Amino acid sequence: MASSYDYDEGSYDSRSYATSAPGQAGGDVSYDPNFVPDSVRTFVVHLYRYIREKNVYEIHQMYEGSFQRLSERMFRESPWPSVEAVAPYVDNDHVFCLLYREMWFRHVYARLSPTGRQRVDSWDNYCSLFGVVLHGVVSMQLPNQWLWDMVDEFVYQFQSYCQYRAKLKTKTDEELQLLKQYDQAWNVYGVLNYLQALVEKSMIIQILEREKDGLEQFSATDGYDYDGGSNVLKMLGYYSMIGLLRVHCLLGDYHTGLKCLVPIDISQQGVYTIVIGSHISAIYHYGFANMMLRRYVEAIREFNKMLSYILKYKQYHQKSPQYDQILKKNEQMYALLAICLSLCPQTKLIEENVSIQLKEKYNDKMLKMQRYDEEAYAVFDELFSYACPKFITPSVPALEEPLTNFNQDAYRLQLKLFLYEVKQQQLLGGVRSFMKLYSTISLSKLANYMEVDEATLRTILMTYKHKMHAVDSNGKIVSNSDVDFYINDGIVHVVEAKSPKQYGDYFLRQILKFEEMIGELDRVKLD
Amino acid sequence: MGQQVGYTVEQLVAVNPYNPDILADLENHVNEQVSSQTYSLDANLCLLRLYQFEPQRMNTEIVARILIKALMAMPAPDFSLCLFLIPEQVQMEEQFKALIVLSHYLETARFPQFWDEVAKNRHMLEVVPGFEQTIQAYAIHTLSLTYQKMPRPVLAEAVNLEGLSLDKFLEYQVANNGWGLEKGSGSLQLVVLPRNEYNHPELKKSSGDGIPLEHVTRIFSILG
Repeated sequence: MASSYDYDEGSYDSRSYATSAPGQAGGDVSYDPNFVPDSVRTFVVHLYRYIREKNVYEIHQMYEGSFQRLSERMFRESPWPSVEAVAPYVDNDHVFCLLYREMWFRHVYARLSPTGRQRVDSWDNYCSLFGVVLHGVVSMQLPNQWLWDMVDEFVYQFQSYCQYRAKLKTKTDEELQLLKQYDQAWNVYGVLNYLQALVEKSMIIQILEREKDGLEQFSATDGYDYDGGSNVLKMLGYYSMIGLLRVHCLLGDYHTGLKCLVPIDISQQGVYTIVIGSHISAIYHYGFANMMLRRYVEAIREFNKMLSYILKYKQYHQKSPQYDQILKKNEQMYALLAICLSLCPQTKLIEENVSIQLKEKYNDKMLKMQRYDEEAYAVFDELFSYACPKFITPSVPALEEPLTNFNQDAYRLQLKLFLYEVKQQQLLGGVRSFMKLYSTISLSKLANYMEVDEATLRTILMTYKHKMHAVDSNGKIVSNSDVDFYINDGIVHVVEAKSPKQYGDYFLRQILKFEEMIGELDRVKLD
Repeated sequence: MGQQVGYTVEQLVAVNPYNPDILADLENHVNEQVSSQTYSLDANLCLLRLYQFEPQRMNTEIVARILIKALMAMPAPDFSLCLFLIPEQVQMEEQFKALIVLSHYLETARFPQFWDEVAKNRHMLEVVPGFEQTIQAYAIHTLSLTYQKMPRPVLAEAVNLEGLSLDKFLEYQVANNGWGLEKGSGSLQLVVLPRNEYNHPELKKSSGDGIPLEHVTRIFSILG
């Protein structure tokens, strides 16, 4: 295996890329993997050249633009030409061929449906590609978008393989044979260890630490290396932390997932926000994991920020191949936000524009969820099922008769445990609404209103306290409740949570507005 | 593989988070946590993860111990964190069903029911030293979130003590932890819990008092 990506200067086909518009229509009936249309040849030749020249801008144009356009025009229903067929046009360059195949498989996954064999081959290709990055000397500089897509697609294909492997009922003998033969393909240890190795080998955690002390530049250059080095390992390592968070969420291991994300400070903008896919993936999984850990305020705060961001910027992504994904995750995060707010009504944390969207989408459902009857559970169930990650069973199946499908098992377990949590909180909404009406109320009176005896009321009030206090990542107890209380002897004293923070924000905005007005008045005088 | 000399299990987990070879070390470590009354969530989750990846290697006795230790970590949600990783058919076993019921009572602050259930499952729980004291500490935690003053019977049923042993317990808390005792209406004794920001909200420092610097920077140009 070639371990370096050192180019020798060769002569290049300098024909203009724009002039080669071939006449073939997409959707050819017979796919010939060895046929390389002119436009594809031009595409790979140019992409290869730009990679050698470290022209990140042009690489990005070809990767995001040309590849999509050609796929749309010529490969709607068939794969791209095989790597063997294009290799002669790129000096049989080993690493370029690995990159080409990575895109080749990604296209098959996105537009066609991959066969068992293709799934296994794609795994092999990732192993070779990451092997080169981890153990070779890579000098390339690739766009962040592409590097993020690699990590994201790697995790996606792993998830997809687990789902595929779990549907045993309908497998043909040939497919079963393949599963047996390649039982190491997409093995969960392999997947996790590749991501972990990328994080470690890239030293990204140390780089981020050093950056905090001003000893290193990383965010300032968006992770690119302008001193002749390569950004590939570093950025793959960076994105792998988000990849690990996602894998752990897919496995139901929320605590470990959040730990993987700790080196990235999501309280502010950073390299993870440059590529919107990475930004969304980080926040969606972060929020989901926090919701499962009952840290509702944390989840609400981050969902709100992300949704507000998408609202502002989604128009700039309309032409992006990720646009559908952005919209889908956007909808899912609204559903999760609706769930979190139903369990923990911290509406003050929501910005107005997000709040309007939320009402439009989920007003009725949120009202139902407040009621905690059978219909309410059905709504919690529906929203959770719609918005949760695609949970997986990671173990290799035994492949013994009778063959059954177990692809739903992991999801059903997470759903069941989540609804169990919802049931434990079912009486809290009632207490909350009564407490909003009183500043003090006796236990006996409140018990009367709630139609329970006093002993039961005491357990409900303690449950309220327990559920509305989360343990944060430092082990500290933090209150999540909008309405709090304490009991002195037989009397409940209610305390409404105040949020003085908004005044500061309000004044700052007014100062700016005022200054603007003064400026305008000044100009009027000058005229 | 034996435990490498010079490494704690925590370090072993940090270096090998996805290495099936450390499974035996992690199982030993669970037993060690039980006997030495220590706790390591990360190590236990790592073990449950390895079981999840290779279910045929699962040792349910170890899983039960992990779950009991997780109950003792209340109010942290560790018990749920563990359940998320344990396949449903395993959770159907009798011992796990009992533990799930115990967790449910603790999560919903139904202490009398909890202690009744403990009595029925003594054989499983007495293997883990410190269980009752730790749960008592959790009960006290929940009470101190909720009450400034509470009637003695409320405390009694939460910590499962009465009569002389409750007197002794109270005496200790008064001497060491700032508890107080008062006469309530009738002959009822009132227990005064120490002040904290949860039962005396006025003590809470408002985290919203400050304005983050990046917000203030917006008006720097005006201030300059």
